[in-house]
Amino acid sequence: MKIIELAVQHFPSYVNALLLTLEATVFSLIIATLIGIIFSLFKMSKNKVLRGIVAVYLSVIRGTPLMVQILFIYFGLPMAFGFRWDLTVACVLIMSLNAGAYMTELIRGGIESVDKGQMEAARSLGLSYPQAMIKVILPQATRTMLPSIVNQVIVTLKDTSLLSVISFRELTQNTKIIVANNMEALTMYFICGLYYWIVVNILTLLQNNIERRTKFGK
Amino acid sequence: MESKISVRNLKKSFGDLQVLQDISTEITEGEVVVVIGPSGSGKSTFLRCLNRLETITAGKVIVDGFDITDKKTDINEVRQRIGMVFQHFNLFPHMTVKENVTMAPVTLKRADQEDADKKAMKLLERVGLADKADVYPAQLSGGQKQRVAIARALAMDPDIMLFDEPTSALDPEMVGEVLAVMKDLAQRGMTMVVVTHEMGFAREVGDRVLFMDGGYIVEEGTPAQVLGRPKQPRTIDFLSKVL
Repeated sequence: MKIIELAVQHFPSYVNALLLTLEATVFSLIIATLIGIIFSLFKMSKNKVLRGIVAVYLSVIRGTPLMVQILFIYFGLPMAFGFRWDLTVACVLIMSLNAGAYMTELIRGGIESVDKGQMEAARSLGLSYPQAMIKVILPQATRTMLPSIVNQVIVTLKDTSLLSVISFRELTQNTKIIVANNMEALTMYFICGLYYWIVVNILTLLQNNIERRTKFGK
Repeated sequence: MESKISVRNLKKSFGDLQVLQDISTEITEGEVVVVIGPSGSGKSTFLRCLNRLETITAGKVIVDGFDITDKKTDINEVRQRIGMVFQHFNLFPHMTVKENVTMAPVTLKRADQEDADKKAMKLLERVGLADKADVYPAQLSGGQKQRVAIARALAMDPDIMLFDEPTSALDPEMVGEVLAVMKDLAQRGMTMVVVTHEMGFAREVGDRVLFMDGGYIVEEGTPAQVLGRPKQPRTIDFLSKVL
């Protein structure tokens, strides 16, 4: 069968491409999570300046398409400031900024879903605000947020395909290059989709597993 | 007797609403003070000002010699000496009963995990729940949850315990088991401030009763005086409704 032949033939390049896709996804999500934690705390703080910064950031990221963000940051900024991007750095940065906005809203929602008596109980025992956040609030918020976090991981993973527009050789770009040579668009894009599909479904299984293990007697 | 808690001209407002008008009182070591009054009288707010869970608008609160209204005071340090028990328990649902009790001493480096575990078992035994050490709060009854909450507060070796309507969220048949633990605590000499509607507890365990209404302490004295021979019309009116 041709599909198996082509899949085997291009397997080595797909391993590389898959690694790049995962690299961009994983690093971006780690940074996005940090952005999310810090900015959600900013957003809930009493300081108007901090809240203002977050509001502008969220409105810019959510108000513009990811494709435009990619083109603006990769082609636009170097033109204005006269520098060259390292491709991988630019890709991780763009995806982090994008996912960071969605993570901010998601984490804020999770933290606010925790009963305020939890913070009071932790503080009354003598824990500082950061200690109470880390030991008491975030673990509970994470449990609530898990489905939306996994959803965001899936969205970011699939969004990395847009990085093909700046020649980042992840799964989609790799396929485009192969198709340009062998003209097997139907088969190659099917194989490409299959790689995404497998990773997404592994993540879904993982989510179900974590949810089962964190029921806390309920 | 040494003054454990000294409250001087305490005022508290939420926006335009003044909840505590002008509260002054001294609480001595080992004293059990029971605060009663109608809902909205400010009694819970008063209690929550004693460990600064509520910011204090004006006046002074001095606990164990620490002025907690002073911004320079390390409030986290002072709070380690003040245990608090809440109406809705506020146990940590993602931790087992034992973890609930050991979390604060271990996090605040007062004990290593092993010592904290041993102490937790002793405390759980004392509140009659040693067999529940490894279950999660969701599997406990209300009365059991509140007893764990008391053990959790005691794990920090506080010398003051604050109780904010500890039995109000309980089914009637579970009130007794919680009050028994509190009575035991009082007999061991703990300084306690208890906001409650349990007049029987006030009479039996309380050294002093404060009746609050409209943000003021309207009347105070021994349980026999305040509950038995109230002088103020508002106290008489309140007691006629609850007794």
